[in-house]
Amino acid sequence: MEVHAQLKTKTKLFCGCSTQFGAAPNTNICPVCTGQPGALPVLNQVAVEFAIRMGLALNCTINVQSIFARKNYFYPDLPKGYQISQFDKPLCENGRIDIALASGTKRIGVTRIHLEEDAGKLLHQGAASIKGATHSLVDLNRACTPLIEIVSQPDIRSAEEARLYVEKIRSILVFLGICDGNMEEGSLRCDANISIRPLGSSQFGTRTEVKNMNSFRAVEQAAISEIARQKEVLLSGGAIVLETRNYDDESGQTTSMRSKEEAHDYRYFPEPDLLPLGVDAPWLAQIKSSQPKLPDQIRHELQVAQLPESDIVQLLNDPQRLHYFEAVCAGRTLPVKKVANWVLGDLSALANEGKFSFTQPSVSPAHMADLVALVEAGTFSGKLAKEILPDLLQGKSPHEVIALKGVKQIGNDADLIPFIEQAIQSNPGPLEQYKNGKTSVAGFFVGQVMKATQGQAKPDVVNRLVREVLDRS
Amino acid sequence: MTLPLEILSEALQSGDTSAEALLSAMRSRVDNIEGKVRAFVNTHFSEAYPKAKHMDHLRKKGEPLGSLAGIPIAIKDNICVKGMPTTCSSEILKNYRPPYNATVVEKLEAAGAIIVGKTNMDEFAMGSSTENSAFFNTRNPWNLERVPGGSSGGSAAAVAAGEAVFALGSDTGGSIRQPASFCGIVGLKPTYGRVSRYGLVAFGSSLDQIGPLTRSVKDAAIVLGVIAGHDPKDSTCSTLPVPDYTAGLNKDIRGCKLAVPKELYENPGVEESVRKSFDEALKTYQALGASCEFISMKSFDYALSTYYVIAPAEASSNLERYDGVRYGLRVPADTLKAMICNSRSKGFGQEVKRRILTGVFVLSAGYYDAYYLKAQQVRTLITREYNEAFKRFDAIITPTAPTVAFEIGEKSSDPIAMYLSDIMTIPVNMAGLPSISIPCGFSAGLPIGLQITGKAFEEAALLKIAYAFEQATEYHKKEPDVPSVSASEE
Repeated sequence: MEVHAQLKTKTKLFCGCSTQFGAAPNTNICPVCTGQPGALPVLNQVAVEFAIRMGLALNCTINVQSIFARKNYFYPDLPKGYQISQFDKPLCENGRIDIALASGTKRIGVTRIHLEEDAGKLLHQGAASIKGATHSLVDLNRACTPLIEIVSQPDIRSAEEARLYVEKIRSILVFLGICDGNMEEGSLRCDANISIRPLGSSQFGTRTEVKNMNSFRAVEQAAISEIARQKEVLLSGGAIVLETRNYDDESGQTTSMRSKEEAHDYRYFPEPDLLPLGVDAPWLAQIKSSQPKLPDQIRHELQVAQLPESDIVQLLNDPQRLHYFEAVCAGRTLPVKKVANWVLGDLSALANEGKFSFTQPSVSPAHMADLVALVEAGTFSGKLAKEILPDLLQGKSPHEVIALKGVKQIGNDADLIPFIEQAIQSNPGPLEQYKNGKTSVAGFFVGQVMKATQGQAKPDVVNRLVREVLDRS
Repeated sequence: MTLPLEILSEALQSGDTSAEALLSAMRSRVDNIEGKVRAFVNTHFSEAYPKAKHMDHLRKKGEPLGSLAGIPIAIKDNICVKGMPTTCSSEILKNYRPPYNATVVEKLEAAGAIIVGKTNMDEFAMGSSTENSAFFNTRNPWNLERVPGGSSGGSAAAVAAGEAVFALGSDTGGSIRQPASFCGIVGLKPTYGRVSRYGLVAFGSSLDQIGPLTRSVKDAAIVLGVIAGHDPKDSTCSTLPVPDYTAGLNKDIRGCKLAVPKELYENPGVEESVRKSFDEALKTYQALGASCEFISMKSFDYALSTYYVIAPAEASSNLERYDGVRYGLRVPADTLKAMICNSRSKGFGQEVKRRILTGVFVLSAGYYDAYYLKAQQVRTLITREYNEAFKRFDAIITPTAPTVAFEIGEKSSDPIAMYLSDIMTIPVNMAGLPSISIPCGFSAGLPIGLQITGKAFEEAALLKIAYAFEQATEYHKKEPDVPSVSASEE
């Protein structure tokens, strides 16, 4: 697999232009990224740092010196007529990543990660694609934005593995905060090199390169259909042609784009306008020490904390939500499951309605932690906690809400016993069941009391008193 | 009109002349002789006048002014000046106006210099006679039937003929020094990385360097002081501090050790008159207390062929941006490929196409190791041999060119003969060293140049050695007698 990830730097790889997505065409441009005669590239150090972070996350060797090279070809979206990339001396090499299969963990080798600049965009006019278009316009806003290309070893053996590999790469990129991972918008793109061979053969077959897969599902489907196509060709006595193939999401099939004869000779050579890229030990150490936690480590920690697998998966799928969850738990001994319930339940529902944001939370993690702690201590009920959530969204602390609203907890026995007696008198049936030994019915009476007191009764006290009164009755 | 910068600066400061008067004098000089010399691709006097007046106004008010305030200068047409065409003397950029200034232009303008025109050159700086300009030939002010050298032929001719006080050129394989030699002026190629290349239209990026063409060594020192220094826009530009290059010029050079590489001195292409002048120069140096020793630099034999692998390789890539898409010449066609092909076929001249083809070939799959990689290895050897020599010597001296200025058309049908014109200058670029050409004699009325090459980033020492020779000789005081346009028409 070859995965291209757009790095989330503020400025482009070789100039100071903004990388902001969605700006009016050709507004984020300058002499450098439009390839004006005489303009020269200057390397963005943040992009290098991001690439190193990915290299470290994938257990790569970070080369002390790497070389930028020019990849030469003509295309209207490529302003200089060459792309500045890395060729024989990339920034990161020899890494690996583990993916989880039903049969266990599988290790996929990572050959290299290198830095390169993106091209601009062609806007085809008069038709949806280049086919049938009357002419095309060039938008160079994207030109020169930073990309990393992550190349795997030929270790992937099925369409499912291919999908899992890309999913894993994406989640690491997102957790490192270096790529938004949006496949539809093209900030994460991948190409698959696919070949098949007879069982027992040690030689790989002729490969094809499949492009244009815009989702995880597409990665898997493209591999399935390309494997099937190759199988059919070979079984009918044909031969696989070394070529580039395009995946069409609608048909789920691949079609030939260009053969090897039409392939470019990119005439790579070292970029004379940039010095060799040096990574010194102190800088590397600094990056290492500030490396964020990765999904595998977080999963392990949450497993140790005995959070259910379904909750872990949900949290790992959304780093913002996870970071909030971690902030609530940080430094406090709280029941993680209860915190997860709030984060994945009420807060996520509010977030979906646009009433809450995990990145700029109106309920601070500290307030949420207070709330969970108060419920846990039995100071007030879960029901009451839910009821005061709208107040917390205004930025108030749980303690403030209690004081302001006059929400009082009914906690002494004398006040509560009348409610309990009332509940028992009104429900002779369950009382009978209790007397016959079905003690779990106590919960029913607790519920009745909480209802009657509009949630203001202290649950732990009610629990105790209900049993006492029942036993007396 | 051929007074050096140092004297004109003093006259401006003392009030003996004004920037406006100087500009007017320059303009009438250009009006008089430019029709003969044809040094400029375009001139910009009308934009220059308000600047000169402004400079005079500031001076009257006693405002602090830059070291080049009010000095009219010329810029080679491959250096970007915002608002002026930058054509590289090529059809493909004929109507191109850069949206930005080269760093050297920013520095010169900040120092108060006034740009009066962009000078003719070999197309994209590829050539040694300025005959590869897509527009017209520039003539040598010393003999209008002769070439001014190249590729900075327009800059050299303009300075020699008094059409600019000094000019900037660019030097990839000798393009400042060889035309300086042919036109009897001073041409300085600084160390690679001493002057920012930002805004210099690239030819061979690892070899290109901007430098001044001036009327005296001191002028070269003054201009270098203005244009040198770190530029955050050029990653290959050195962060070393810039010394005052004029400060040590007067120091004597007794005990200075000069080396003469036999491989160049004994080259059969060196004309007798050139060798004689060079021998005289050695005697002059000995009289000044310097020693001269012949040494062997074996790798120099391979310098020319190595250069003609590396420079075209880089050029083939640098020139890919001229595709008719964003700027420059576009020849419309039915398909994208045909549009690019037609634009480049019509937009580039013969020599440029020859070098693109060479460059594409040496970089192509299967040939890279045999040509490009091998050439880089030889380049390392050349650099190493220089380093060895500089352990024992202060400078290396040779003639700047094997011949004096040749006749227009004499070599244009024989590219190899033309390439040999740069045999003395090319090894220097391979090692990125600073090198200067100064006048050292005449043959049948045509100037001869002496090339002195110094240690990396030690331009001050190099200039001192050049200055001592200049002060001890009279060659730089001679001026060409260019017949004016009107005079010849009578």
